[in-house]
Amino acid sequence: MFLTAAASAAPDTGAMKAGVLSPVMAAPTLALQGTDGKPLNLERFRGKVVLLAFGFSNCGEVCPITLATLAGARKKLGADAAQVQVVYVTVDPERDDAAQMKKFLGSFDPTFIGGVGSRAEIDAAQKGYGISSTKNVYANGNYTIGHSSSIYMIDRAGGLRAVMPYGHTADDFVHDLKILLRK
Amino acid sequence: MPLAAALAALGWAGFAPIQVPSRDELFEIPKGTYARRMAGDKVEILPSMVRLTLGLNDVLMLRNLDDVPQVFGPTIMMPGQSFRLPFEKAASYNFACTAHASGQMTVLVEPYPAMPWSKIHWRVREWWENRKR
Repeated sequence: MFLTAAASAAPDTGAMKAGVLSPVMAAPTLALQGTDGKPLNLERFRGKVVLLAFGFSNCGEVCPITLATLAGARKKLGADAAQVQVVYVTVDPERDDAAQMKKFLGSFDPTFIGGVGSRAEIDAAQKGYGISSTKNVYANGNYTIGHSSSIYMIDRAGGLRAVMPYGHTADDFVHDLKILLRK
Repeated sequence: MPLAAALAALGWAGFAPIQVPSRDELFEIPKGTYARRMAGDKVEILPSMVRLTLGLNDVLMLRNLDDVPQVFGPTIMMPGQSFRLPFEKAASYNFACTAHASGQMTVLVEPYPAMPWSKIHWRVREWWENRKR
């Protein structure tokens, strides 16, 4: 369900390095389980800026780079990092349970919260954000997953403001987060 | 005299600063695109390759005027929504795009034409592409 988010006191997003969506609409809802033991929905994080991304713990390239970048951005933000919540939703519910994702994410930043759930719950989350994922199975039966790698930037009011394509630096995130954190 | 005029034109094209009205390169997904595609019409609304130039037109602006959400690479655009994506590095970017029959779109971002010859090349190409539109 998409609703037009309140535009009052909206930060000027014209100078952002991420792609900016206009008009701002409410970020698609999540109905998952969090790696912190609580239900994972975006309403929990009202008042914070949420960086939402999708991936999986066995990812060998894209996810570690993304998570290291986001961890680096939080370090550079200093005290303001407390107002930023990273949420990382698995695209591999068959292998990623809460314990596995918590261990994986914790190796980058213990404040990161993972989202896990059933295949149907994960599919619903992916559909809301237009996320595609493709399983590539090896001869030995193991597999990897190609997946969308953008980071969704959700403002304090729950509006989906911007999308940062894969490949940007921690400094780029800091630049945009400072814009979104302005009151 | 014609030679002098040609040299003057070349000199202007090679050395005068390039002026552009906007850095935004706008593309619109028209209303009914999804319905036409579902009806079997392989209509191409957007070019399969978009060429941008750093410092000149280096912002891709997409506007979804269709009745259904459209996925463009990193994001999903709701009906009536636009997506403004700036580029800062010269490279070729491949994006998924549901507005294309192929499902793919390439954005080629080229460096700023700093040298006289590259300025002339840029102006001639823009003139040629504008003629085709």
